[in-house]
Amino acid sequence: MAAMFATALFLPLVVGDYYLQFAAKVMLLGILAMSLNLNVGFGGMVSLCHAAFFGLAGYVLVLVTPEYEAPNLVWTLLVALAVVALVAAVIGALSLRTRGIYFIMVTLAFGEMLYFLFHDTSIGGGSDGIFLYVKPLLTLGGLSIDLENPLTFYMVALVCCALSWALITHLLASPFGDSLTAARDNERRAMSLGIPVFAVRLVAFIVSAVMAGLAGYLSAAQFGFVAPQMLGWHMSAVALVMVVLGGTRKVAGPLFGAVVLVVLEDILKIYLGEQWKLVYGGVIVALVLFLPGGLQDILRLTLPQGWFRRTAPVTQPIVVGGKQ
Amino acid sequence: MTLLTVEGLQGFYGASQVLHGIDLQISPGEQIALLGRNGMGKTSFLRSLVGALPKLAGEVALNGKSIRGRLPEHIAQAGVAIVPEGRGVFGSLSVIENLVMAARPSPTGKCQWTLDRVLSVFPRLAQRRGHGGHQLSGGEQQMLTIGRALMTNPDLLLIDEATEGLAPLVAQEIWKTLGIIRSEGIATIVVDKDVKNLSQVADRMVIMSKGKLVFTGTPVELAGQGDLLERHLGVQ
Repeated sequence: MAAMFATALFLPLVVGDYYLQFAAKVMLLGILAMSLNLNVGFGGMVSLCHAAFFGLAGYVLVLVTPEYEAPNLVWTLLVALAVVALVAAVIGALSLRTRGIYFIMVTLAFGEMLYFLFHDTSIGGGSDGIFLYVKPLLTLGGLSIDLENPLTFYMVALVCCALSWALITHLLASPFGDSLTAARDNERRAMSLGIPVFAVRLVAFIVSAVMAGLAGYLSAAQFGFVAPQMLGWHMSAVALVMVVLGGTRKVAGPLFGAVVLVVLEDILKIYLGEQWKLVYGGVIVALVLFLPGGLQDILRLTLPQGWFRRTAPVTQPIVVGGKQ
Repeated sequence: MTLLTVEGLQGFYGASQVLHGIDLQISPGEQIALLGRNGMGKTSFLRSLVGALPKLAGEVALNGKSIRGRLPEHIAQAGVAIVPEGRGVFGSLSVIENLVMAARPSPTGKCQWTLDRVLSVFPRLAQRRGHGGHQLSGGEQQMLTIGRALMTNPDLLLIDEATEGLAPLVAQEIWKTLGIIRSEGIATIVVDKDVKNLSQVADRMVIMSKGKLVFTGTPVELAGQGDLLERHLGVQ
């Protein structure tokens, strides 16, 4: 991963603005997918409202921004993430009382409630969405971070992506991560050891939502526009495909999933036009069939075995919402 | 002073009653052997003590405080640990992670059982420290599960089918460990079918039949009850 981030650090030296913006977009989706995998892969909680946190942070940024004045990056980011954390705490506290398919349905319902809140009301411009005319700016002494600048934005996205990866890795290496994984493996056994399973899952749910919010905030800043589609179940499903495609066993797996999925989509759109989705679907099916552990299987087959012990074996299905 | 008090305990799976009024008192540091044929309610009784049996009537108190109806995690935090039948190691965590995740001082703040202590009692776990739980043999998994329970520094340890399915040499290690646990002053309820070894480590022998306790006494007293042994345990 260090090599990958180091390479990304030097990317601006060899590519132009278009590719920098494209790479930044991929990294933001990578953050979204990595954060979802904290729930899905390590917590056994398949959430279908993850995009709601992604979109919500974007909406908060636009709504708290003065129309013709650059918003303060730190202040607006903190507000956006605080709102996301609060909403995630409420949704998590209610949905984590359910298990299995019911957890999926409840999170889907909450996600759609937020979608329709912005789609069917005038809060955020309805179905047309709402524009962000001036991008966030941070001035600290002589240092100025202006997200309007593609290079600056790319570096901010890169730092956030690296920090997200580091945070999840650190969390999973701590006793908290062990408790989360143990609860996924066997909820009752974990409880019998005194682990407060509900609280552990709720914290993981909130942390992952805040990270999705960070990606959503930056995504809104990048495109200068937010729309209800950012919160919808379709976006959550795309993030889930990235997770499955990249593999759930390593923290960085979903990041690779995001890279492959977005690059594949772009290439297919260029060469196949309207029919791109047909091939896109076929490639995803093929990848899932031949690499059931995700793209990480390519590395697993080539790297020493010890690198891939951290989570469930390939044949172990994801436990939705933990075992009863 | 009594550590655990069980009075008139009745347990149910739905409409089906499996425990029929159990009375039992355990002193701190006392080792109880729970015997009985399969299906007599031994596992259900242990499950009822850790909050895993859905429906209960009667009273269960630990150190004078009722724990009946409390959540399993709260009962565990109050000082009860269980080594379940089938072990239940967390396969995707390493040996060390399995142990460390459970580590905490006892409710009174005692911390006799640390990672180093557990690894010194189970040297095989120290050798396999980096291996995943699913890579261990049955005996190693049982050692890990006992070690993990000890890492919670419990006042009361429940061990279901302590040596079931283990090779004789590994089983001997488990019996040796139970001797160490006894010398540490941890109260224990051990379920197993090995009457001979249980008699050597237990202070009291308890036989369960059809959800009731039908005998309570010392190992010597039980040895003198040949008909009871034959009727309830098939031992001649």
